[in-house]
Amino acid sequence: MAVDGVSFDLAGGEFFCLLGPSGCGKSTLLRMVAGFETPDSGTIRLGETDLTALPPHRRPVNMMFQSYALFPHMSVAANLAYGLKGLGLGRTQSAERVKALLRLVRLEGFEARRPDKLSGGQRQRVALARALAREPRLLLLDEPLGALDRALREETQGELRAIQRRLGTSFVVVTHDAEEAMALADRIGVMERGRLVQVGPARELYERPASRYVAGLLGDVNLIDGRLGRAEPGGVRGVETALGLLRASGEGEAGNAVVVAIRPERLVVSGEGEGEGDDLSGRLRGRLTEATFLGDRIRYRVEMANGSTLRASAVLPASGPIPAVGETVAVAVPADAARILPA
Amino acid sequence: MSLFARTVLILALAFLYAPIGVLIVYSFNASKLVTVWGGFSTEWYGVLSRDGPLIAAALVSLKVALLSASIAGVLGTCAALALDRHGRFRGRGAYTGLLYAPMVMPEVITGLSLLLLFVGIGLDRGIGTLVIAHATFATGFVAVVVGARLKGLDRSLEEAAADLGAGPARVFFGITLPLIAPSVAAGFLLAFTLSLDDLVIASFVSGPGATTLPMRIYSQVRLGVNPEINAASTLLIAAVGLVVLAASWLTGRRGAAA
Amino acid sequence: MRGPSRRLSQRLGRGFVRGLPFLWLALFFLVPFAVTLKISFSSPATAQPPYLPVLEWDGGLEGWREFFEALDFQNYQMIAADALYRDAALSSLGYAALATAILVLIGTPTAYAMARASARWQPILVALVIVPFWTSFLIRVYAWIAILKPEGLLNAALIKLGLIAAPLPILDSPFGVLIGLTYAYLPFMVLPLYAVMSRLDPALTEAAADLGAGRARAFFTVTLPLSLPGLAAGALLCFIPMVGEFIIPDLLGGSDTLMLGRVLWSEFFSNRDWPLASAVAVLLLILVVGPVVLFREAELRREEAAEGAQR
Repeated sequence: MAVDGVSFDLAGGEFFCLLGPSGCGKSTLLRMVAGFETPDSGTIRLGETDLTALPPHRRPVNMMFQSYALFPHMSVAANLAYGLKGLGLGRTQSAERVKALLRLVRLEGFEARRPDKLSGGQRQRVALARALAREPRLLLLDEPLGALDRALREETQGELRAIQRRLGTSFVVVTHDAEEAMALADRIGVMERGRLVQVGPARELYERPASRYVAGLLGDVNLIDGRLGRAEPGGVRGVETALGLLRASGEGEAGNAVVVAIRPERLVVSGEGEGEGDDLSGRLRGRLTEATFLGDRIRYRVEMANGSTLRASAVLPASGPIPAVGETVAVAVPADAARILPA
Repeated sequence: MSLFARTVLILALAFLYAPIGVLIVYSFNASKLVTVWGGFSTEWYGVLSRDGPLIAAALVSLKVALLSASIAGVLGTCAALALDRHGRFRGRGAYTGLLYAPMVMPEVITGLSLLLLFVGIGLDRGIGTLVIAHATFATGFVAVVVGARLKGLDRSLEEAAADLGAGPARVFFGITLPLIAPSVAAGFLLAFTLSLDDLVIASFVSGPGATTLPMRIYSQVRLGVNPEINAASTLLIAAVGLVVLAASWLTGRRGAAA
Repeated sequence: MRGPSRRLSQRLGRGFVRGLPFLWLALFFLVPFAVTLKISFSSPATAQPPYLPVLEWDGGLEGWREFFEALDFQNYQMIAADALYRDAALSSLGYAALATAILVLIGTPTAYAMARASARWQPILVALVIVPFWTSFLIRVYAWIAILKPEGLLNAALIKLGLIAAPLPILDSPFGVLIGLTYAYLPFMVLPLYAVMSRLDPALTEAAADLGAGRARAFFTVTLPLSLPGLAAGALLCFIPMVGEFIIPDLLGGSDTLMLGRVLWSEFFSNRDWPLASAVAVLLLILVVGPVVLFREAELRREEAAEGAQR
């Protein structure tokens, strides 16, 4: 089953991202909303209108395709004007709308160009403009930035957000890139094998993921298996792990098998004897096997006594001396940094 | 699929296969008349098996087809390779035109002109001239089939071989050829069927003792519908069906090979 | 590159591969045209070969001069004078054009339906269309005799259904020829068109629908324009051989269906007038090359116009 029991509400003017790896069903879900796939059960409603039975060309929803799907035999202007037919606009009005669209995506003067004479970034902007031509209340974007190189992608992310905010249209973007989802969306919906497993703003998903899957999807994370201790006031409780007793926040029944999730940037690595401070849940000891310089941060790999590896990172310039590879180091786990997830 | 599309396809396929169906059905008709069903009978196949001249003609056709398809296979593959690999060489447009023109040229023209050439240079007409003529117009078809495969071929395989020390000949015979072999075989089969089927060109360039199957069938058919010919046709259709299956299996195989 | 010797052998190899088919085709396709042209200027004779003059290779310069003096335009004058050839030419062009037009109308929906079939069905459909294409042309045309003749299946069925009282003379008539041409060349129209249509990005038709175009509008404004190259290829692939078609008019047409292919055949085989047949062949060649040249011109002009719009 490509999409299984998915249900959520989208607010007007919201920028929503469907995030997941390939095959998770996000594109299928998007195509269902656009009308290119039919759900076996369920409804798709836009405001008061039930879209489920409507064919794609009658839905007030538009889609920007991953391959852009620009009509190669038409000029940019003709592509943009294609959707305007049947809307009852006169010729001048149509031409004005096309001009406004080109202005919106900063492609003034490109009316007569053919798609094959445009760069990748330009084609992407024409595809976006074309999808906005009919002024839909909901715009669907299938991996819109996938074909762009890194620098262009970041720049376009900003432009996309700006356009969305200006128009007030609801956007649903499908992507497999977690960073992109976090950069663009008001809320993210994480999909796993056809199911929607968590919905929320980026920060919530990052700091309080509902499962190992969501945690791993949004960034690098250390996952340590353990057994949950008794509940304590304040929300923080102990978890018995192979690395010792860790303190973490979250829910669950005492005695359950759980996973403790800690983001690398929350772990504090210091040489033996360094780094005190309160509020430490405990300091673990291990051997530093790697310290990689990555420009704005340094990435550590620490081998623990039981053979497992913890990944940590620290912002540069470092506040203290950087331990040397091979040294024994202390890894501090702040209590609010560790999160309890179901096993 | 929409109802419209389904209807169109059924009608088109019915149109294409109706005559073939008629032939097959009536080859088993005991009665000679088309409108009367005289009962199921394999009588005509028996007549067919005793028809000496027809069988002789079939053997001639097979021989010519085998030889001409082999030649066309080599020539067509060479041409396809040249067009795919040699980039924009001088006269490429003319080369392409020359390669594909025999495929569309009306057969009466190619037949007549080839005969005039053979007579002009004093070549005796017979199996040899048939083979030459058939190879000439089949080459383009082979080039199309092999060319399509070459276009989809992953060049990095050959580049890897060269990187590992294989010279051009080794790369070709060890890597390229095995990869395009199914398409070459399919092209061969296509040339084979085209040769088997040709009437017009054969009529012009053939000679005494080299009557081909279509020539023989045509001479019978001019006199009207002939149940023995129905039987021969059915056998030919069955043979072609097998050949097409073989050819599509071959061209489909490349997905597994590459 | 390991030295000039290696490079030379590689170039020789490439030259051989490229040159082999070229030489063969030049010898057995181009040269015959030159020979035909020459013979079209000759006169018939009761001799072996049945034409004059025959160039004596060892006749020297004098022989060449005599040779050229014996050539004349007699055959072409005969063609120009006799209305038969003009009528045959026009009729050939007419049948070919009409049949091609019918094929465009039938072939386009067929190819489109094939291209929209599920991935599982498409190869099966292609094979189904190819089998008749590979099956003997002669046999398939012959089969129509059984169907179309007065005592044939079609008339018998129509009479039985009470739609007609007397058998329709479809065989031995222009209708028979049209049906035969349409039938025989259908795969030639459908296959190239299908090849182009099936390779179109499906997202294009989806985008059209997304932008409000119903199925018909999406087809006519997006699918069809982008399939024109396939349509043109199919049309040429049908039209050109149709003009010189022999088997179909001979088996399915009446004695009054004049087509150049038949004329050529009868001049050659019945009248044994090789020079006249050659002249007819040259005429046919011109008729056939004409559309191709026009087509290329139109294509080039279209490309130039597209370039011009960029500037």
